[in-house]
Amino acid sequence: MNLTFLVSGILFGIGLVMSGMTNPQKVIGFLDVFGSWDYALVFVMGGAVFFNLVSFKFIKKLNRPKLGSSFSWPTKKDIDKNLIIGSALFGIGWGISGICPGPGIVNLVTLDLKALVFVVFLFIGIYIFKMVKSAFNL
Amino acid sequence: MNNILYPLAGGLLIGLASTVLMLFAGKIAGISGILAKILDPLSINKSMSIFFVLGLLLGGTFMKVFFSSFFSYGLDSSYVRLAIAGIIVGFGTQLGSGCTSGHGVCGLARLSVRSLVATLTFISFGILTVYCLKVLL
Repeated sequence: MNLTFLVSGILFGIGLVMSGMTNPQKVIGFLDVFGSWDYALVFVMGGAVFFNLVSFKFIKKLNRPKLGSSFSWPTKKDIDKNLIIGSALFGIGWGISGICPGPGIVNLVTLDLKALVFVVFLFIGIYIFKMVKSAFNL
Repeated sequence: MNNILYPLAGGLLIGLASTVLMLFAGKIAGISGILAKILDPLSINKSMSIFFVLGLLLGGTFMKVFFSSFFSYGLDSSYVRLAIAGIIVGFGTQLGSGCTSGHGVCGLARLSVRSLVATLTFISFGILTVYCLKVLL
């Protein structure tokens, strides 16, 4: 199981770098639709979603994963306040930095201290959420 | 052409990566969720999450060593800006139960309306933020 996660992570990391998602300027260019829009990253999500559309269709027919006991398909369906506010906040942070969680981690390999600062504060944000969640029963 | 070819190839690889995780482990490749499990003292999936992050770093290192031209960019934002963004991204992805990978890549492929709403929301707010920062700064 650990090996599956390792292999998936390696492929994911290579894909993120190759696609341009780890380059903050590229991401901000993609989000700059009212300026000089760089549409290239549309093909990243397009390619990834297309691949999974096909593969998930087949995987859904299986009774169990090859190495695990059961599939953990998400079951939540409700579109609630948390989903909207959380996604909006994520979008704001993504727009400020041009970095989302995966590329944030991958950028650590640049050995740029700034990449580390982003990741440390990313974990602080996750930690704050955990504190707020247990305090307010979110 | 390269400006479309590499994003497409990278996207397909990201698809393959999340397919591998679902096919073999039965898990959604949601990176913000995987990161949260590392901080969770009660998580039973902690070692798997650590292996995934290790994989991300190995994949990135592989590209840096053999295809260094992909790393010709720099992180231009100031430390303060990156710190603020990091906190907001960390908090927001937990409250919204996902980021570009979980909602975007996996959720859309599952045809989940919840993930579609989340994806449209974070892309819209990303666009709005980039626009506002450009006008203000």
